[in-house]
Amino acid sequence: MNLLTGQLVSLTAVNPDRDAGIIARWSRDSQFWRLAHTDPALPVLPRYVKQKLEERSIELQGFAIRSLADDRLIGLIGLYTIFWLHREAFMGIQIGERDYWGKGYGTDALRALLRYGFDELNLRRVSLSVLEGNERAMRSYEKCGFRYEGRERQVWAYDGRRWDEIFMGLLREEWQTMGNEQ
Amino acid sequence: MLTDQLFERQHIRLAPPDADRDAELVSKWTHDPDYLRALSADVAKPLSPGQIKKQYEEMEKDAEKHNAFNFALRLKEDDRLIGFARLWRIEWTHATGSLQIGIGDRNDRGQGYGTEALQLLLRYAFDELNLYRLSAMTAEYNIGAIRFFERSGFVVEVRRRQAIQRDGKRWDAVLLGLLHDEWKREA
Repeated sequence: MNLLTGQLVSLTAVNPDRDAGIIARWSRDSQFWRLAHTDPALPVLPRYVKQKLEERSIELQGFAIRSLADDRLIGLIGLYTIFWLHREAFMGIQIGERDYWGKGYGTDALRALLRYGFDELNLRRVSLSVLEGNERAMRSYEKCGFRYEGRERQVWAYDGRRWDEIFMGLLREEWQTMGNEQ
Repeated sequence: MLTDQLFERQHIRLAPPDADRDAELVSKWTHDPDYLRALSADVAKPLSPGQIKKQYEEMEKDAEKHNAFNFALRLKEDDRLIGFARLWRIEWTHATGSLQIGIGDRNDRGQGYGTEALQLLLRYAFDELNLYRLSAMTAEYNIGAIRFFERSGFVVEVRRRQAIQRDGKRWDAVLLGLLHDEWKREA
């Protein structure tokens, strides 16, 4: 079995030359940007994205999510803060291609990433946080076994109101008992 | 009128960090593992005065970008350094930030200096920086810190289960938050 290949997608290296144009196109989608980033939404040029990818300073530079059917880049996923001392990492995912929303691609990518985190990096815990109201993402996280751990109140300001940030976590033992070990 | 003094209270004052003057003493504090483990979930290790100076230079880079505001805590009476306080991880578009306070010498703890420092820092965050909310993080084993923040109105919002492993045990990481409206402003 390939650690990084699921049913629908494969987690692969990001290719700055090939991928920068696609990622730059996603930046025109302001709703997507707000779900994926915390800094102000901003359309950016391919050469800016390419430079960031090469510096490895872009958010979620971990893996490119490509559909198995046609090798198309549909999103990015990564473990972006790893606390080696405590074997904990935060994960993040963004699916930039809207055609692939709500069809199980994100969940499939997430399962592969968790396998990588627990079986390759030997993490004890994977953490994430998600903007209040992002039900699609939360359903996917719950499907993968993440549990609700609380909410930071009114952290974000968008559209004239404040929004909570919801925290979730998955422990190694919980992931193992879900039958992911085989 | 505007408030007459943002940087001083009864016993202590917020002063600019001064690595040349303070590195020796701050280095001494880092030889106390209890202090380091109360302060953060990072690896506890003693630092030399030279390493402390480097750390201060890094912190200044954040300060120059206005993402952090760092202070030394000094006694008004004799100008002695007793700890540090900082506002950091500031997100200006959302008007949020995090805070951290440390009282270095165990003999200076339990004297109310931390509480004074917190009151000064909250006033600075809300009245000068116009922040909307503040976050603080600690560990489940640091009951003193949780109480300390709760006394000033902070609420425990998140428990990242078993996120911290120390002395063979697992502890929750505890995240607290305080909104501007909940802040108990003193007269």
